Amino acid sequence: MNMEEKELEVYDVIRSIRDPEKPNTLEELDVVTESCVEVRPLPGDEYLIIIKFSPTVPHCSLATLIGLCLQVKLQRCLPFKHKLEIYVSEGTHSTEEDINKQINDKERVAAAMENPDLREIVEQCVMEPDY
Amino acid sequence: MKDALVLVERFNAHPDSRCWHVAWNPTATLMASCGGDRAIRIWGKEGDSWKCLSVLQDGHQRTVRRVAWSPCGTYLASASFDATTCIWKKKNDDFECLTTLEGHENEVKCVTWAPSGNLLATCSRDKSVWVWEVDEEDEYECVTVINSHTQDVKLVVWHPTLELLASASYDNNICVYKEEDDDWECKATLEGHASTVWSLTFDPSGQRMASCSDDRTVKIWKCQNIEGPGDMSWKCVCTLSGFHERSVYDIAWCRLTGALVTACGDDGVRVFKEDPSADPDQPVFSLAAHVSKAHSQDVNCVAWNPKEGGVLATCSDNGEIAIWKYQDDHE
Repeated sequence: MNMEEKELEVYDVIRSIRDPEKPNTLEELDVVTESCVEVRPLPGDEYLIIIKFSPTVPHCSLATLIGLCLQVKLQRCLPFKHKLEIYVSEGTHSTEEDINKQINDKERVAAAMENPDLREIVEQCVMEPDY
Repeated sequence: MKDALVLVERFNAHPDSRCWHVAWNPTATLMASCGGDRAIRIWGKEGDSWKCLSVLQDGHQRTVRRVAWSPCGTYLASASFDATTCIWKKKNDDFECLTTLEGHENEVKCVTWAPSGNLLATCSRDKSVWVWEVDEEDEYECVTVINSHTQDVKLVVWHPTLELLASASYDNNICVYKEEDDDWECKATLEGHASTVWSLTFDPSGQRMASCSDDRTVKIWKCQNIEGPGDMSWKCVCTLSGFHERSVYDIAWCRLTGALVTACGDDGVRVFKEDPSADPDQPVFSLAAHVSKAHSQDVNCVAWNPKEGGVLATCSDNGEIAIWKYQDDHE
């Protein structure tokens, strides 16, 4: 079972997500790279996706915002059954554990997406480019 | 593992959204469910299958996270991410919104009625637990705001017989509250889980609690001196690990049979049975039944039918509700 194909499929979804602050994609800023995606098979034709991203700035709310964008876009765009784990890559942030906990709490993610201001930012970031 | 969990019925309850919670009414003639579509649905039996009797769509502006029936079955409370709690009163087959309880600063995660029917508890991401009193004129008043947790409070649950409240939090702890001198206070803080505690349930005797967590374990807690004056002391007497592949979102202890059931983020439902010959201070639970793909997505809630032993309702991120019958091999 070739995980590389799946990993590329996942990376293709996240590479074009725009950074919430800068006019660049997460790929352009090296926030995500091909190697930051890991896919493992799960029973029943499902896959576990683990993503470790590196925020450019040690700003807590920005990191959680990026995590939220990753969650939302993958939930919407991945065609295969999956479970998702998103982490700030080790050593890139002082409050990693706090950020990781929040990003991976689906109740917190759902509530955040019902906040109109946050939602607007996320939608702008995950919107597919027009070209 | 010789027992089985058999599917009785499965239906889509909340189209294109998550179903967060499902609750049986006290007589088990109805179920209420709620979800990401901001609606509450009331379900009744029509012959052999469940039918939607009513959709309560306009009570909340955001996700409805939990619904709870009053002990008399006439009222329904709903907790929402819109920071409010609605109280609904049953009128024939429909429900009308009686009042909206405000006060929490942000998402209300849980609402629950005390067995007496006179008290209600809510909890929120604002880290607080509120206790409300209801009088004979259906007037609701907040009597206490308790700030014992340092983070988001996920769930509150009342003791089955005593006026005692417990809460589960994102801060990894469980708090137990008692009323002392007209004020509710945290009388015990149970530490031990390595991550968010999602849910709690009391055993039929009320002497023990079971908790489930994002750390993928279930813990059983026993109390010395639960009724007495002075401090209660709670001890973790058992930890079930290695059974759940992902976060355990809900747990329920059957009042009729003593069986324990969990709802997991790995899409599975598991029933655990207690070994009757084990030392009560070192209980032993074993996996009695397991449906690995109970739903095609995370299972959010498990609820035992209060009247029919072994019957269980579950609901999922895929918007479905499923009814199961737990068949004990020894019956």
